[in-house]
Amino acid sequence: MARYVLNRLAQAAMLLAIVSAIGFALLHLAPGGPLSQFAASAQMTQEDLDRVTRQLGLDRPLPIQYLDWLGRMLKGDWGKSYRDGEAVLSVISSHLGATLELMTTATVIAVLLGCWIGILGALRRYSLFDSLATVGAMIALSIPTFWFGLVTIYVFSVTLGWLPAGNRETVGDGSFLDLAHHLIAPAMVLALVETAMWGRFMRSSMLEVINQDYIRTARAKGLPEWRILTVHALRNALLPMITVAGLQFPTLLGGALVAETVFTWPGMGRLFLDSIGYRDYPVVMGILMFSATMVLIGSLIADILYAVVDPRIRVG
Amino acid sequence: MATAALSTAQPAPGQAAWRRFCRHRLALAGAVIIVVLVLGSAIGPYLLPFDDTYIDIMKRFAPPFSGAHILGTDELGRDVLARLMMGARVSLSIGIVAMVMAMVVGIVVGAFAGFYGGVVGAVLMRLVDAVLCFPTIFLLLALAALTEPGLVTTTVLIAATAWMWVARVVEAQVRSLREREFAVAALAFGSSNLRIMFRELVPNAVAPIMVAATLNVAKAILLESYLSYLGYGIQPPAASLGNMLNNAQIYLTSAPWLAIAPGVAITLAVTSFNFLGDGLRDALDPRMNIP
Repeated sequence: MARYVLNRLAQAAMLLAIVSAIGFALLHLAPGGPLSQFAASAQMTQEDLDRVTRQLGLDRPLPIQYLDWLGRMLKGDWGKSYRDGEAVLSVISSHLGATLELMTTATVIAVLLGCWIGILGALRRYSLFDSLATVGAMIALSIPTFWFGLVTIYVFSVTLGWLPAGNRETVGDGSFLDLAHHLIAPAMVLALVETAMWGRFMRSSMLEVINQDYIRTARAKGLPEWRILTVHALRNALLPMITVAGLQFPTLLGGALVAETVFTWPGMGRLFLDSIGYRDYPVVMGILMFSATMVLIGSLIADILYAVVDPRIRVG
Repeated sequence: MATAALSTAQPAPGQAAWRRFCRHRLALAGAVIIVVLVLGSAIGPYLLPFDDTYIDIMKRFAPPFSGAHILGTDELGRDVLARLMMGARVSLSIGIVAMVMAMVVGIVVGAFAGFYGGVVGAVLMRLVDAVLCFPTIFLLLALAALTEPGLVTTTVLIAATAWMWVARVVEAQVRSLREREFAVAALAFGSSNLRIMFRELVPNAVAPIMVAATLNVAKAILLESYLSYLGYGIQPPAASLGNMLNNAQIYLTSAPWLAIAPGVAITLAVTSFNFLGDGLRDALDPRMNIP
């Protein structure tokens, strides 16, 4: 087990190195490179720029600059926002709460609904419910999230007037009920794609398990059907879902960005788009690196958890 | 109910046939819709008396099915149907061209990684893993922020964020095909490595590659719509299915039809390519079939 974890950690560290190299390359691709903040200012002469270049160490060889930049990133110094000079990491963390709230709610909805649809679809394979669920999942995966958001706003906010059309809270209210009321529509929109994916994976996992010999053995022993399904089948079918959670994460983050944009939700995705609008490259690159790191850590945790619950993995 | 489904590993033949029919029917429907969309966007604009960029400020916000404009007009009085057809033309072209670019990169990377294995394979596939760590929309938008938006940029950027899945598929195929007799025989005949890779191994992986290509078109159309909707893809006055929805949110109360047609068109196109890809997977390669 320890060997597996170490092995996996080493892989993740290597991936992080490549991911950071890509991030560093993108930073230098920005117009004006890391200096764009100063280059944009008309008061800077070429002489000033040269001096700043030397002061910031940008005349050194790229590999050394990269290591220096990586070192600062690891220490938590991610640079400063062009907009207000605030440290990038603190800008990100001040928007992270809203995003996590949205992502967690959507995931809970998606896991419950998706697993239920998947399990039922597997147990009643090729039934009308299963066919409808399969087709529905494919359509859900094909609908652009932002358009589904627009439709949701039109139906539930414009026509019915049940839900607010955006924002995280009513100004001056901010009670729990108010927050929950604002959360429903964006969480529902974000959960659509997730539900479809969870449903599909759950269905195939459940199908694989209920065709195993030990299920037949359990049935031959005369165990009650509900016990076979819950204790023997479901427990094992849920295991691979840990991996799915890890795989889902990039999609979930991307979906959150879109949902936040449509519902003017003050989260990280919205911050990302605003920063792009302002050409605030340090924040843009910071969020890009932050999201990639989150994905990397997410898949690392999923892999290790999976090895904990399924000993067969550790050997391979 | 549950007992009946559980007691048989294989479904009854009739049910299995119904299922195959159903799945292929969906794939068939997908293919038909794709043909209709392609023809409609290719020929349609010539059949309409309206130009997609012609602004008629006196006829703003004409609702659909009222008078000459079948799908109504937008906030500048432009004909929505004309814009929809031109937009579909742009979106479908981007989807297909981006797919071809992503396939070329993915096939080359996957073939080299799978054929050589070892250090070359490890480095290339770790690069694939690393790029996959970036959530697609974040990477796409960050790249878009560094470039000038436009038709070519949008296509290239979408291809740049979509080749990794192809590389994974091709790598796995080439790695297993490399050991087969025909590949060893080609080597014994003295064929060059490049010839073995691209004349022997890749053509033998054509089934999964075709499936990946079809699904890739769906993905590319979806990504174009995201990018253009957020304002970093196709720029007005040119229409794309994504940028038609750009202003739709502002006019959602007064002119909801502006949001309906493009959204339905995107969903229809993406669903069709996804169903077609699914059907191809079932038809071409039974081993890849998920139970």
